[in-house]
Amino acid sequence: MMKKRIEAGEKLTGRNWHADTVQLFLYNAAIWNPHRIHYDLPYTQEAEGHPQLLIDGPLQGDWLTQMVYEWLGGNGTLTAFAYSNRRAAYVGDVLSTTGEVTGVDGDIVTLDLRITNQRGEATTVGNATVVIEPSR
Amino acid sequence: MTVLTEELKNHVGAELPPFEFEISRGDLKKYAVATGQRLERYLSGDEAPLLYLFAAMMPVVPLDRLLPDGRQPDSGLMPPLPLNRIMAGGSEYQIHRKVYAGDTLVCRQKFVEVFEKTGAEGPLLFLVFENRFETRDGEPVVTERLTRIAR
Repeated sequence: MMKKRIEAGEKLTGRNWHADTVQLFLYNAAIWNPHRIHYDLPYTQEAEGHPQLLIDGPLQGDWLTQMVYEWLGGNGTLTAFAYSNRRAAYVGDVLSTTGEVTGVDGDIVTLDLRITNQRGEATTVGNATVVIEPSR
Repeated sequence: MTVLTEELKNHVGAELPPFEFEISRGDLKKYAVATGQRLERYLSGDEAPLLYLFAAMMPVVPLDRLLPDGRQPDSGLMPPLPLNRIMAGGSEYQIHRKVYAGDTLVCRQKFVEVFEKTGAEGPLLFLVFENRFETRDGEPVVTERLTRIAR
């Protein structure tokens, strides 16, 4: 992880996620979520009116925390996190995480976080507070 | 016309009995793979990513009690509502300490706030629940404020 001083405006390294039915199945099995909209395509389309299986909102929340954990690289601690899902995300979407430092106050850093789909629409937004350790 | 009834306001403060759950290395390893983690401390199952706690909230109920859409029935903390479409409104977490394999956590769930806003298509009810994750000794681990929106 970087040794340079952290400043507002610094960008976090994002990641492009292509969640497919295998990942969706494993995730919902791991969290014990039996909601049909994540694995039963005829039900999802006919009963709920969605074009495709839905990517879970908390999975997207997890992806935002992963970006923060990887940016910290063991040199800091996540102390607060918030996320909100803004629109549906579907199997087949390309979901890109982005993040930016919004404030630095001593060893406390605040971050804005976002996931956008391939059309540039925000599916999930969030923010985080981390405490940077002195060795960083 | 308001949809925020006295009955709903009186429901604020309702709590569920606390429940305990164990953090197991095997479950953490599966969660890490399923979510695409890349850091060794998660892949090895040593430490729980924050959002793993969402899994802890999923009740394990018999198959014949699941709803037609597959979901588990509501926990009982959700009050009767005059609006029937429920959406996730997001979560806010305060993290007091990390969660590790082998931990046993206690979860306390409480209905803490309800308020109304007017949306483009009518009234919206915001219901806020607090999930407090603690050790058995009462040491705070994570506090979550979870919002659900009814419209």
